[in-house]
Amino acid sequence: MKGKKEKKTVKTIKINVDKCNGCRACEMICSAFHAEPKYSSNNPARSRIRIIREPLRDLYVPVYAGEYAVAECAGRDKYTIDGKEYDECSFCRASCPSRDEFKEPDSGLPLKCDMCEGEEEPLCVKWCPHDALILEQREEEGEALDPQDEQEDIEIGLEALADKYGLEKIKDAVARISKKD
Amino acid sequence: MRYAETGFNLEVDLTRGSIEKVATNPKDTELYLGGLGTNAKILWDRVPPEVEPFSPENLLIFSAGLLCGTPATGCNRTIVTTISPQTKLMAFSMMGGFFAPELKYAGYDKVILRGKSPDLVYLWINNGTVELRDASHLKGRGAIETAEIIRKELKEPKAQVAAIGMAGENRVFFASIEQGRSSASRGGIGAVMGDKGVKAIVVRGTQDIHVAKPAEYMDLCNEVMEYIQFRNDNPIPGVMPILAGLGSPQEMKVHDEKWHTENFMWGNSRTRRKGFWTDEIAREWMETLDKSRTRLISCYNCPMTCGATISMPGLPTYMMKCFTKLTYTMGAFSDLDFGLKIAQRATEYGVDGFSAPQVMAFGLELLENGILAKADFPDMPEDNEGRFYYLLDKIVRREGVGDVLADGTYWAAKAIGNGAEEYAHNNIKKHEQLPLKLSMLNPIYFLMYSTGEKMNITQIEGQFPQAPYPKREHREAFVKDWHHVPDEKFKQYFLDWEPRGEKSMPFYPTVDMCCDIVDWQEKMHYIDDALGMCAGLSSFPLKPPYHIHNYPKFISAGAGFDMDEASLSQAAKRYRTLVRAINIRRGMRRKDDRPPKNHWKKRFPELEKELLDTYYRFKGWNNDGIPTKESLDELGLGYVSEDFVKRGILTEGEDALAEAAAAQQETK
Ligand code: SF4
Ligand code: SF4
Ligand code: SF4
Repeated sequence: MKGKKEKKTVKTIKINVDKCNGCRACEMICSAFHAEPKYSSNNPARSRIRIIREPLRDLYVPVYAGEYAVAECAGRDKYTIDGKEYDECSFCRASCPSRDEFKEPDSGLPLKCDMCEGEEEPLCVKWCPHDALILEQREEEGEALDPQDEQEDIEIGLEALADKYGLEKIKDAVARISKKD
Repeated sequence: MRYAETGFNLEVDLTRGSIEKVATNPKDTELYLGGLGTNAKILWDRVPPEVEPFSPENLLIFSAGLLCGTPATGCNRTIVTTISPQTKLMAFSMMGGFFAPELKYAGYDKVILRGKSPDLVYLWINNGTVELRDASHLKGRGAIETAEIIRKELKEPKAQVAAIGMAGENRVFFASIEQGRSSASRGGIGAVMGDKGVKAIVVRGTQDIHVAKPAEYMDLCNEVMEYIQFRNDNPIPGVMPILAGLGSPQEMKVHDEKWHTENFMWGNSRTRRKGFWTDEIAREWMETLDKSRTRLISCYNCPMTCGATISMPGLPTYMMKCFTKLTYTMGAFSDLDFGLKIAQRATEYGVDGFSAPQVMAFGLELLENGILAKADFPDMPEDNEGRFYYLLDKIVRREGVGDVLADGTYWAAKAIGNGAEEYAHNNIKKHEQLPLKLSMLNPIYFLMYSTGEKMNITQIEGQFPQAPYPKREHREAFVKDWHHVPDEKFKQYFLDWEPRGEKSMPFYPTVDMCCDIVDWQEKMHYIDDALGMCAGLSSFPLKPPYHIHNYPKFISAGAGFDMDEASLSQAAKRYRTLVRAINIRRGMRRKDDRPPKNHWKKRFPELEKELLDTYYRFKGWNNDGIPTKESLDELGLGYVSEDFVKRGILTEGEDALAEAAAAQQETK
């Protein structure tokens, strides 16, 4: 399968920080959409989008959850745009040990934006009132989807758990769960 | 499982430094909903009328509304309740922003403060971990500044902070509680917080809020979002811009202030300046606003951007919304540049933007008229702006004449004597009102001013247009998509309402119609304050997205108990009556239910009497404004009527007497 070319849709969310009013509706709806059952609860701390927000300095950066990082990075960026200095990590999408962003509040499991799979339009885009978030789609030739992706996702989740609790504990837990079934 | 609410309150005894998490009774939620409703129940149960505002036994309650933290757009109000030092009655001021949802996510519906802390402290609520922390290093700091310092020292940039400034610390009777872009200002609740020795409440929450019927609830939320969009695209024609759209009055957006500056009063609510709004002033003020306003900002989960970040050259940034934009400017006969500058300092000090400028203008009026002497104002600058800064500083520090003025115009006038009372002319129930003076009595507004126990006209008006439309065809167009009315008869009231002639004010709407209209408008505000909804999306603007027809569905699907229009109206009536009962028990009577004497030039004593008589009866109150035993019992407030009888506020069998008297009057 690997290496085969295929048409696929690339989804880009265009973020306009100038239009963000800091309402956090995007955080709210993302967490509600991913609740089990859907919309049964909400909690912005579970959202896969975060508003890095500092009103008195006029900083508003919507950031999407990206990849999981085992360790925090050694080299960081600090941007100054239009005379406003942004803190370290302001634009980073990683779920990383240096901060609380993009982790389940209880388990610490990493969160990752899935573009609201199955919905017509990402929910955060739909709920963003002033077009700070806009969806763009285009067709592109690309590598075919790898069936191993799902496997990889599971592994990333497990790895994160292992980082937090140690591999032995995870093994024990898996063994216990399998016994129950 | 509890839905929409968390089912827990935080009880903090400041005297002993103890903190307890207490489960609440779900039955109370069904009877009083939450927010204001359950606050009133707690205040009735636990704060007897003998308790003074600055007594350790007074409570200060911060409550999220029932639906705060759910996906309902704009549902973010914190309702702060206590006994007001200024009115000595129940105060319930609301603030928007981000505090209430955060409190819910932390796992609590309310924070209830009692007692007094010996030293200045702040309360840090981090989910299940709650502690009182030393705040001695924050003494005298500004409210906004305090929030920044605390977030830094806790390393919690996402914590929400409600803080007082120097005014609250020094128990200024019109001190506010500030929270970022929002504040709870009316009634001097910041003074009670200062009296309790609490500089700030800080909260961070990362837990879930559940709704009972997720799919139904989301459908309702989506409908509301669509309707907001529709209303934003279709402002209501024929009314002035700030009444045409949704949200809090959009003062941060509009440049054109002709209406406010030429119709509202300047100074100590004295002078109307017709022709003030010239092209040149329009240009100047537009420049001022444009260069100071960095961004329009919203409260939690709301698209309306009613607030703004304001950066005046050389001053720290602060946030503002609504009419404070103009109150200082107009109080001091100055310009917008001055107004936005002094508001920065006033926000850090934490004072109410309605009362503070009037109090200062009042002080200067007393000086001009020889009631206060020059010696009372040592080293005061000569220019008007300078004098306002001077007075603001004196008041929040309670220095010299500022100590007297810090009690507000009513109490200051009493203390000063020598005819000063005549100058404290714009109060209702001892509380400064919007600076408005008009000519012809408006019967609807007469009732609202008289009986609105939130002491602020904007917190009772809203659903019914403020004035008749000149042409019938416009009225017909208006009522076409007016599905918000609780009853079709309201459409007819409006259709027949003429600016002139037989069906015009003050005799039309008729007394009975006025009762209906006022009751509807008030009811919507009370529902908002229990659910935690912003009035700007509900009770305040015409044709809002939330109304009496969809609210019961929100409650059923959100909180999971049955609700229909009748039972919601009954619940709202229950806690509205309870608010009245609390105030009645504290001595409020008919004599207190009246607008400022000079609010209208043309008054109609007989009509006013009839209005009040009829409205009281309509509400189930006796002729002195006291809820009758019968109406209390019918609302399930038997414990109130018992208490009233015990205290001699009502006498056994009084209802029968009153009915007989009313019947007699009708046959006359
Ligand atoms: S696209 Fe969907 S999953 Fe991703 S942040 Fe937005 S709402 Fe969350
Ligand atoms: S919904 Fe849009 S405007 Fe609101 S915080 Fe998110 S990105 Fe900003
Ligand atoms: S309408 Fe305005 S004041 Fe009300 S919640 Fe929305 S932004 Fe806040």
